[in-house]
Parts: sequence; structure tokens; C-alpha cells
Amino acid sequence: MLDTRRIRTDFPILAQKENGQRLVYLDNAATSQKPQRVIDAIVHYYNFHNANVHRGAYTLAVEATDAYEAARTAVARFVNAWATEAVVFTRGTTESINLVAGSWGRANVKAGDTVVVTAMDHHSNIVPWQILCQEKGATLRMVEITKDGRIDLADFGRALEAGPKIVAFPYVSNSLGTVNPAAQLSRLAHAAGAVTVVDGAQSSPHLRVDVQSLDCDFYALSGHKMLGPMGSGALIARPALLEAMPPYHGGGEMIEKVWDDRSTWNKIPHKFEGGTPNVEAAVGLAAAIAYLEQLGMDKVSAHEQELAKVAIERLSQIDGVTIYGPAGGHRAGVVPFTYGDIHPHDLATILDKDGVCIRAGHHCTQPLMRRLGVAATARASFYIYNDVDDVDALVTAVRKAGELFGVLAS
Amino acid sequence: MSDLGDLYQQVILDHNRNPRNFKRLDAANRKAEGNNPLCGDRIQLYVQLDGDTINDIGFQMPQGSGCAISKASASLMTEAVKGKPRADAEAMFQAFRDMLAGGANAPGKLAAFSGVRAFPSRIKCANLAWHALHAALQNSAEPVTTESAKDF
Repeated sequence: MLDTRRIRTDFPILAQKENGQRLVYLDNAATSQKPQRVIDAIVHYYNFHNANVHRGAYTLAVEATDAYEAARTAVARFVNAWATEAVVFTRGTTESINLVAGSWGRANVKAGDTVVVTAMDHHSNIVPWQILCQEKGATLRMVEITKDGRIDLADFGRALEAGPKIVAFPYVSNSLGTVNPAAQLSRLAHAAGAVTVVDGAQSSPHLRVDVQSLDCDFYALSGHKMLGPMGSGALIARPALLEAMPPYHGGGEMIEKVWDDRSTWNKIPHKFEGGTPNVEAAVGLAAAIAYLEQLGMDKVSAHEQELAKVAIERLSQIDGVTIYGPAGGHRAGVVPFTYGDIHPHDLATILDKDGVCIRAGHHCTQPLMRRLGVAATARASFYIYNDVDDVDALVTAVRKAGELFGVLAS
Repeated sequence: MSDLGDLYQQVILDHNRNPRNFKRLDAANRKAEGNNPLCGDRIQLYVQLDGDTINDIGFQMPQGSGCAISKASASLMTEAVKGKPRADAEAMFQAFRDMLAGGANAPGKLAAFSGVRAFPSRIKCANLAWHALHAALQNSAEPVTTESAKDF
């Protein structure tokens, strides 16, 4: 386990009280808290290096550009990208996926084509493809999940028979905690002639990610779930694909030459970064990556898995609690559950009274909720600063909710 | 933040467990649907209006889609407005909203929701059924959502 006592001192927000109680922050799948080092990096950037990037001839502008491009190098190293120019900065996973749909998708998907997603995808890896398919007259095919919350590989195989142009799936499910066999899925999709889009929003904070060994084509991540600032994120893509893709946003920075009636495009990745970028977000993300690399992603992963295991064990002992997601095997630190006939929102309110912050709702996965046969679940999700005391606080508060409501087991 | 017992008063827990008028009304001549897209709460409201009087009223929530606050609020609302002139129902809605906005307690059992004031994230749950009733009385065909009404 990580040294959570020391780690917690790096996170100023964790020192404060929630409703007079110790703050037990268990909504990390929604967003992580930020260490002082990330906050300081942003402040330092504005105090000492702020200028617009890639255009100033003066020293300050060179410093800002260097900081921004150093952040790109950090992201590339963190996911073992094919090259530094394979990293396009975006506002996060959602924008990254929309970029792929709006650029590669619009250029390559035609009427009658198929795009494949899975029933455990987050809305951000479903809706951009729905919009694309509706625009093009293409078919969106949703791969089913198994009862224990994994991608149904038989149905995945059937979906590939249509020869889809794009196959999109999450590396880690935000609603179930399932760690999908991303390399295997990518290999199968490639054999069927598709490009693969991996939603890495939940994997990037929690696993050692290597996009080259995953052998995917596009990988999307959000900085704010991995200690970085809100509005930071990246699309990591094979450089050859980026070269061939049309731009996404037109504007400054992304051009080479602008004539009265046409333009030529800048080199990748700048071709996809029209407008002044969010430099503070990139700088903050780089500091977050440095923090995670210092801990070691394998240790981060093991720590969360252990907490999830303990939480599942202890919650399962409460009569009426149902846990969702894979019973065994590799799962991330995400523990979705329901408790008898108590609605998850009531659970969340009751837990909040004890300082325990969890998420309740559909977690932006409505197709998945329909398949699970629930309107909502409660979800506890762990990160590097959580410990077994936090699990105990969760379990104690859940028991309290049961006493208040007099649970009827469903 | 006030005590959980102020939010989940016994009458609310009771109406959550045993909602009254929890039925589809085949004779309804007014219907409305209410959605709280943030938490997934959904209500289908049925009203049988006889002239200006709410002769009968019923509601349904798809399995698991109503939290205790929204379900109990719908249940207590149906009890409060059944047999009443629509103007009285609208006045109760106003009183209920005013209470949640920090005003005086609403009349009768509706005062049980006064504790919701201290839980801002749950006010929309308490208001959902009332907005659906308002829409039904206005004969509005559009489903109401907690995101479209500014003062929800």
C-alpha cells in the first residue's frame, strides 16, 4: 500500500472538514483532488512565464512555449506515445473523442458504414459517434456486456463481421471498474479493418498505460481525473493518421499560410490546436504526471485494487447490498453498489453527513444502467490518498443509512 | 447542515415506503411527465379534472427511479390536492416552493419537507412532482424537466 499519511499532506483540500467530519473523498472516478505541486505549477507559470505560445519573439514567450511543449513530452512519455507530435492537447477525453469523430470520422465514414461502441461506454464515447452516424447515414452498433460486467467477446466478434470503420471502447469502465482487454480488442478490430478509439479517461489515472503495446490508433485522456487541472487533456494518435486527417477547429496557430479563400495547415500536432491553448492546464498536467511517476503507476494501481477489494468484502457483508461489476479478475478502484430499496441519491445524502463523498446516479452510462436493470447506482471510487480508514467510514455510513431507512432487501 | 432526521422525517420515510395514490389513472384527462435528468428521477402524473376540481390523482415512478424525497413529495402532494379546486393546488405549490426557498412552512403535512431547505442538492427532488402537477393543470404537452424551470 502507498504511504497515504504522507500523500494526504500533499493535498490541501483533504485537510478540511466536510459537514464537520473528516473529508472522505470517494468520487475519484468523477475527478481527483489536486496536490499542492500541481497548484503551485500553475501559479508559478502565471507568476513567471506567462505569454502566448508559439509566436512571441521575446524570452518570456519562449519560456511559455518551452513549458507547454515540455508538458507534451511528459504526456508522450507517460503513455509511451509513438512520438511527441502524437500528442494533441485538448480540454479532455470528451473533446479528444469529438476530435476523432469530427475529423477522422467525417472524412472516412460514409453512408452504410458501421461504427462499433460498447454498452459500457461513457456517453462521451457514444454520443459523438451517434452524431457522426446520423450525419453520414452510418450504423452505430453497440456491443453487449456479459452478466458479470465485461465486454461480451462473442458479440464483439459478431459486431466486427460488419467490417466497421471505427471500433471504440473504454480501457476501464467508469461505472463498473472493469479493466477491458484493450490490446486484444484492438487486435481483433484491426483484423476486421477498423481503426480503434480507446477511451482512456479511467485508465490513465490508474494503470501503467502503453499505447504502443495496446496497439490502438487513438487514445483519449483527461488530466483532471489524474491529479491535473480541469480542462486539461489529450488525444494521443498515430502520427500517420494525424497527418492524413483534416483539421478540427479552424483558427490561428493551426495554419501554415492563409490566403483570401483558402489556407494550408500547420504541422501535427499544431494542426489540431487552433486558438490560444490552455497552457496552464498543460503545465499543471505535467506536474501531475511527475507526481504520479514518482509514486509509480504500478503501485498506484495495486493500492487502488487493494482498497476496492477491501471495500467489496466489507460492503458485501451488509445484508441487502448488491455490488456491480466483475466478481474477480482485474478491476480498477471503482465500486458500484445499491443497498436494498434505498435510492442511491438518498444514500449519497446520508453518507455526505458523515463526510463521505460518493457519486449517485447513472454515471453518464444510461445504456449500461438499462442493461443492469437499475435507474442508478451508488459508486465509491478510490485514489492514492484513500486508505482503509476511508473504506471503514464508507461502510459505517452505509450501515447507518440502512438503520435510518429500515432496508427492505430487494 | 442540519440533522438527517430533519430531512428524512418519519412521515417522509412512511410515504416513501408506502406511497399513496401510487397508480395509473385510466380516467385521467390530464397527464404530465417530470424528469430530473441529473439524478434520473422520473414521474408520470395522472389527473382527473372535473371542471375546476381535482377529482382524482395518481402517479407512477418507473422501478427505482424515485428517491425517497421525490417519491414522498409526490405521495403527500396527491393527498393534499385530491378533491381540491385547481386554484388551491396552485396556491399550495406556491407555498411549497416558497418554503423550500427559505420562506414559511407550507400548510399541513407538506411542512415535513421544511428540512429539505438545508439540503440544496435535494430541492429539485422535492419540487419535481409539483412541477409535473403544474404542467398537467396547464395542460402542457411538454415533459417538464428540472433543468428547464429556472426556479425549480
